[in-house]
Amino acid sequence: MSEVLLRLVRHGQEQGCRPHQRHLLDRGQWAALIAAIGEDEGVALLGLWADPAQVHAALMAGEAILIASCAVPEGRYAALSPARPGAVRFERMIRDLWGHVAEGGLDQRPWLDHGRWPLTGPLAARPAPHAMPPPQPVFLPVEGEGIHQIPVGPVHAGVIEPGHFRFHVQGEAVVRLEARLGYLHKGHIGLMLGKSAQVAARFAARLSGDSTVAHGWAFAQAVEAALGLEPPPRALALRALMAELERLHNHLNDWGAICNDAGFAWLHARAGALREAVLRAAAIAFGHRLMMDRVMPGGVTDDLMPAGAAAIGAALDAVAAELPRLGAVCDSHASLADRMVGTGVIAPSLVHAFAAGGVTGRASGRGFDARHRPGYPPYVPTEPAVLEAGDVDARARLRMTEMEGSVRLARGLIEALPPGELTLPLPQRGGEGLGLVEGFRGECLHWVALDEGGLVRAVFPRDPSWLLWPLLEAAIEGNILADFPLINKSINASYSGVDL
Amino acid sequence: MREGWRRLLWPRLARALVSPPLTDAPPVPPEELVQALMARLEAAAQARLGRSLAIRQVDAGSCNGCELEISAMQNVVYDLERFGLRFVASPRHADVLLVTGPLTRNMREALLRTAECTPEPKWVVAAGDCAVDGGIFKGSYAVEGGIEAALPVDLLIPGCPPTPAQLLEGMLALLEAQGGG
Repeated sequence: MSEVLLRLVRHGQEQGCRPHQRHLLDRGQWAALIAAIGEDEGVALLGLWADPAQVHAALMAGEAILIASCAVPEGRYAALSPARPGAVRFERMIRDLWGHVAEGGLDQRPWLDHGRWPLTGPLAARPAPHAMPPPQPVFLPVEGEGIHQIPVGPVHAGVIEPGHFRFHVQGEAVVRLEARLGYLHKGHIGLMLGKSAQVAARFAARLSGDSTVAHGWAFAQAVEAALGLEPPPRALALRALMAELERLHNHLNDWGAICNDAGFAWLHARAGALREAVLRAAAIAFGHRLMMDRVMPGGVTDDLMPAGAAAIGAALDAVAAELPRLGAVCDSHASLADRMVGTGVIAPSLVHAFAAGGVTGRASGRGFDARHRPGYPPYVPTEPAVLEAGDVDARARLRMTEMEGSVRLARGLIEALPPGELTLPLPQRGGEGLGLVEGFRGECLHWVALDEGGLVRAVFPRDPSWLLWPLLEAAIEGNILADFPLINKSINASYSGVDL
Repeated sequence: MREGWRRLLWPRLARALVSPPLTDAPPVPPEELVQALMARLEAAAQARLGRSLAIRQVDAGSCNGCELEISAMQNVVYDLERFGLRFVASPRHADVLLVTGPLTRNMREALLRTAECTPEPKWVVAAGDCAVDGGIFKGSYAVEGGIEAALPVDLLIPGCPPTPAQLLEGMLALLEAQGGG
């Protein structure tokens, strides 16, 4: 089936994107593509974005990743959301930022634009000034007896990012949750346009601070692909080392927080101590606890500091020694299992329909890991661990497994660090590239087009959370309201990452 | 028969309603003693209860890097609660608003409402380079360019993100400043 779709896209004009080609389709071909996607469940919509003249859809069919584009001469294009519900938020975002309307789209409400910017369509060819008072948000209705609404946020009770959750509750059970995000919209894309790749990289590194290495790497990968550049092996190994430390500290954080939300503070405290050890080792090795701005297009900015290898080694030893014991304590407490097993189940069919990556996808049977497929150096492709249950417990368990994997990978990278250069100078020329790097919550996808002077002409950073947020709404359905923090934590989608 | 009537309780109680009270008038304490005790109580409260700050954190547009480091203050290594510092769920319980991010236009109203709910006197702390002046997001159509654009700020803690040690230092400075010693 995927063959039909691939042939359809490849009819379009090649636009020179590397390593995954982008094809420009005419309106008829675009409509045929949407029909084909609707027929073929095996096609994953990885992302949908725009520039002032076109919309772009990143698709994965079997082993192939490609981008299909369509011109929007009158500011209109045929919507993908009837074929893939995951397209809904992308279409709303495209309308808010570029002003292009998705004809036949399932949801035409605004998303990022809360009516508080001084202009509308800020990234459109001609943004319009805006001075109206902000409108009241409209939420999807719920019908039934005894249903009441609970509004939560944007300011939450804990130290977390802002977002509004509208719960419709019947008794204790959640009938519907709808998230309203966009509070963190900073105008990332607008700020990256017209900048050199090195300057734009600082924005990519701050799309979602917890994934700064993964996003920095995915952006760098896109720039390097656009320029036909192979970063030196030592740079790639150091990037992977940082990426695995990042995965480790975030998984420790999430695993501990899941146990904490299930009422077991001790595991949270221990996981927190281990995470702090990893962050301190990162600071010794790379001069920054979160390793921000260390990945740059062309390579990495700094070598491993002299004391770095030993510091990371010690932190990894501590984690490796304690993780199995923490896992055993967790497993031996029925009260924890009672909260986690069977809670917040996400059906495999939904995970596939929304192309959810990371732990969330893999815990519901979608075995996608960008390190494995399409794969990128220095990783040796390895089949990722997959579970089927799709509940909080499965997501917590996979985090444990992946932490062990990260410890193993990081140790291996330190032992066999290749010698040589850290970075290559960027040639000043144009090009277009796509980068795909596996972060701790899923694959980070960055697309960039550089003009002849090497400045960013168009860009889109897609955090994995775009594909996870809709599933949170499905996961909570029918669960009790009190389990929401636990379920939310087990997915841990980024707010800043999708608010752009 | 008549003697029996005299032994009943209720006529005596009824009489008490119209007769003067048996209780003495209260003594008036010497003014100097009151003043001295009040001074001692204030000192004791300051020493015993004053070394405590309730913190309400508000993310007004951060990339979540600052939140990671603010949360890290709560781990067992930094353990901010040993200093009498703790995070509270409601701004109504807070002494400190710890604000991060360049202040997005979409968060301005939520931040102002949170600040209105926080009782005076309160401290406002801007944590992170973005909160200080907008950081790298300065000039975007979507941000105001720092917390000061909406609220008077008492303390700036720069850094991208500031480390837990730097954040803790700032919080302890507030404790010292309020005179807890």
